[in-house]
Formats: sequence, C-alpha cells, structure tokens
Amino acid sequence: MKQSNLKAWLYLLPAILFLGIFMVYPLVDVFIYSFEEGYNSASQTVFGVGLYNYSFVLHDPYFLQAVKNTLILVVITVPLSTGFALLISVGLNSIKPLRNLYQTVYFLPYVTNTLAVGLVFMILFKKTAYTDGMVNLLIHAFGGETVDFIDGPYWAKMFVMCFYTVWVVLPFKILILTGALASVDQTYYNAARVDGTSKGRIFRRITLPMISPMIFYLVITGFIGAFKAYSDEVALFGTNLNAAGMNTIVGYVYDMLYGDSGGYPSYASAAALILFAIVLTITCVNLLVSKKTVVY
Amino acid sequence: MDKSTEFERIEKRTRTKTAALRTVTYLLLTVWAVFVLFPFYWMILTSLKSYSAYNGEYIPTFFTLSPTLQNYTEAFTAVPLLRYFGNTLVFTLVTTAAMLVVTVLAAFAFSRLSFRGKNLAFTLFLSLMMIPNELVIITNFVTITNWDLRNTFPGLILPSVTSVFYIYLLKENFELIPEELYKAAKVDGASDFKYLWKVMIPICRPTVITITILKVIECWNSYVWPRLITDDENFFLVSNGIQAIRENGFGRENIPAMMAAVVAISVPLIILFLIFHKKIMAGVARGGTKG
Repeated sequence: MKQSNLKAWLYLLPAILFLGIFMVYPLVDVFIYSFEEGYNSASQTVFGVGLYNYSFVLHDPYFLQAVKNTLILVVITVPLSTGFALLISVGLNSIKPLRNLYQTVYFLPYVTNTLAVGLVFMILFKKTAYTDGMVNLLIHAFGGETVDFIDGPYWAKMFVMCFYTVWVVLPFKILILTGALASVDQTYYNAARVDGTSKGRIFRRITLPMISPMIFYLVITGFIGAFKAYSDEVALFGTNLNAAGMNTIVGYVYDMLYGDSGGYPSYASAAALILFAIVLTITCVNLLVSKKTVVY
Repeated sequence: MDKSTEFERIEKRTRTKTAALRTVTYLLLTVWAVFVLFPFYWMILTSLKSYSAYNGEYIPTFFTLSPTLQNYTEAFTAVPLLRYFGNTLVFTLVTTAAMLVVTVLAAFAFSRLSFRGKNLAFTLFLSLMMIPNELVIITNFVTITNWDLRNTFPGLILPSVTSVFYIYLLKENFELIPEELYKAAKVDGASDFKYLWKVMIPICRPTVITITILKVIECWNSYVWPRLITDDENFFLVSNGIQAIRENGFGRENIPAMMAAVVAISVPLIILFLIFHKKIMAGVARGGTKG
C-alpha cells in the first residue's frame, strides 16, 4: 500500500509541480502584492501594508474608463450574441439541405487568430486619407454620414468593438445551441403537433425550457468571457488602448504590469482582484437566477 | 366536393406559409454566412492587390483583375514572418506534447490508482479550474523575469503547459474503461505504465485527440502571455508578429502586404479545421470554453 501511494504521487508529480508553481503560488502572491504599498521591483522593497493600491486603482481615471468600456461591452454583447445565436441555431435546426455546410462556415471564426482577423476588421472600418473604407462605402451608398470607426467618436469605436466581439463569440454559442436543439426529444414535438399546438407556442413551451440549461451555461460563460475582453480590442485599436480610450479591465491590468506605463505589479494585482470580485459576484447572481428559472 | 376544395385551399395556404418561412430562414442564414466569410474574402482579395492598385482605389473594388503574389514575397522578406512561424510551431508542439504527458499521467493517477488523499487532491485540482488566468499571470510574469527566462522558449512554454480542465476531461473518460481490463492486465503481468500506454490511451483516443486539437488552437492563437514575456522579435509568435507588423511593420500604409501576412498566419489553422472539422467541432462542444 505504501509503495502504491508513492507511485500515485509520482504520476501526479508533474501536474502538481506545474500547478503549484504557476497557479497556487501566484494565487497567494497576487493577494500579497495587492496589499503591499509602494512596491519597487528593482530593489524589491515595500513601504508598508494596506489598501492604498485598491484606492489608487479605484481613483485612476484610466481604470474607471476601462470599467465603463467593459461594462458597456458586456451589457451589449452578451444578450445580443446569445439571442442571435439562438435565432441562427433555430434556423439551422429547421433546415435539412446545406445544414452541415452552414454549420461549418459559422464555426470558422473560432479557429482563426483573433489578432489577425481583427486587422481585417480594422481595415474594413477604418477611414483614411486615401479611402473611406468598405463599411463607410456602404453607409455612403445608403445615404448615411461616413465616420471613422477606428479613430473616430466613442460610440463608433464601441460599435466596432461590440460587432467584432459578437462575430468572435458566436461560433461557440451556435455550436452549443445547435447541439442542444438537436438533442431535444422528438416525441415532445410530435405530441404537441398532434394537439395542434402553434409553432410559437411549441418554441416557448417546449424548446426553450428544454434547452434552458445550455442557454444559461452560455450566458454565464459569456459574461465571464466578455469581462475578460482584451485581445480583440488590441487587434482593432492597437496596443495603446488607453490613448484610444478603449481599454478594458484586463487591458488595464496588463498595462500596469508591462508596457509603456508598466512596472506596477501591485496596482495590476489590485485591479485583477477587483475584476475577479466582479466576475465572481455576477456568476453567483447568474447561478441564483438560473436556479429559479432553468428547467432541468 | 365543396369540402375538398376548402381542404385544398387550407393545405395550399399552409404550404405557401411553410415555403415563405423556409425562404426567410435560408435568407437569414445566408446573410450571416456572408458576414462570417466576408472578412476572409476581403483579406485574400486585398492580399492579391498590388500596392499601387490598392492605394489608388478611393472606392475599394470587390475583385481584382490583376492578382499578384508580390505582397507575399514582401510579407516574408520585409519582416521575419518565417521566424514567427517557426517560433509558433516550436511553442505549439512542445507545449502540447508537455501538456499531454502531464495530463495523461495525472488523469491516470486520479482514475485508476488508489492512494491516500486522492479525493482531497482531486477536489483541490477541481477548485483550481475557477482561477482565471489574469489573476496568476502577474506573479508568473515576475517569476519568469526573476528566473531570467524572458525571451526564451522555456519562459514562453512553462506557464502555458497545464490545464486542469483537460485533466478532468480525460479522467472522466478513463473512468469509463471497465476496471476488469485493468485487473486482467495486472494478471498478465503488465506494468501500470504499459497498461496506460497500450490500453487506456488507445481506447480514449478521441478524447486525447480532442484535447490535443484544442491545445493546438489555443497555442497558435495565444497572445497575452507571449506579449508579456517577449520583446525580442526573435522570439515573437505569430500573434505578436502580426501586432508588430501592424504597429510598425511595412510602413503603415502597406496594407496589402499586411493582409498577405494575415492570410499566411490564418491558413494553417483553417487547413487543420477543414481536415478535422467534425472532430474539432465535436471536441469544442465537449470541452471548449472560448466565448
């Protein structure tokens, strides 16, 4: 028995080493960092312990801007992408020919490098001295006012950011929802049809309840994912997100850590913990709501 | 007679309604498919336009009559794109291989071996699944910097190896294999390791392939960690390379060359996807988290 104990731990050793060094230790450390005031990375000294880092971060206009951007992004993209994914999945589920083709096409964004495709979006939306860009061409054709979506007004930049985010997250949601829809037991539908139930009623009374666990799963992961938005924004607006006014909370953390304004792991830690607290709270609220409404 | 015409009329109306609904459905689906495909079309199209032709178009055209591969030559010569590719390949292969070894060993221990503290250890492992990367990346950055591993492959790879979720996924899969097989193998005198290698992994091959593909996608697209840990372009991965190209690559306005680089970077994963699309989609449905 003793020997088999040893052997088991030996099998686990690599995992424990990696997780210990790169996950458990950092987790403890990030708390310590966040309370150490005036940490100097060169001399590795601190002035004292306290809540100054949190107070600094919460009063930093860049952080507040990042929180505002992230919140707007979350509030717009999570419901929109989930609803849209539901619409597309229901559509996909109702057709036979070409279904696989559509499904494959819709999934394509998932396997692409978001940084690379973000550049394409930037070019489509950007307005330069040489050209108005594709999107502005269309706006112009429909008689609208052209606008620079990349360096222009705030709402325009926010629009591109939300649009690109929805484009990036939809594949996963469509995949999950089509899977959920396909697994609903056909006998329910047959029974409802025998009773002469209308299509809308079938959808509301059978389909939605049956796939509600998956919808809530997507809402929860969607919230978490949207709160962590960062690389999509870099792809669209460049690495200096503060200058573009489009930073996100995660972007703020990384900027504090590294880059032009970097070198402050304490501020970064405090900001990361604030983010974690927000995400945890929202996830708990989501779980509570889902307990009340989801049918299992 | 009257009744049957009435019946026919109702049936006809229903049929028109169904047909109309079907048309609307296909229309909607096609519109979104165009939205998905258009950026890909645009990047390929732009990458084939010559520099002067692109900049000469105030109103961009939707096709080109004189495609050129000039931009691809430019993309591979003006910036070390090939080196970025090589780096990403090394990073992806080593990280994925290391992840597989660590994951398989841990999953095996949790699913087949009995030892003291197993439940506690597994619970602790599971609770680590909730820890977001953003929280630990700060210390990892400091750790790697202190170890003098910035701008090295070990520095890039080491913190990216483990995924608790994959251990969990594989462990669940391993547990589906009947215990009798294990006992039989023991009777035949096979060692644990041989059993793991010859029996468990072949049986669970779909799951192993799934996590391999997911990890490859993750590695190929990873941006944040490589950006933090490399500032020497000799160690850039493709994501960082593309960002560097964007900020100061070919001179800001050479967009066709930029698009050629984007196409070159996107192609490997798209080919992988076209070959394995069934496996990838099934795998992501089971274990994906992005989005």
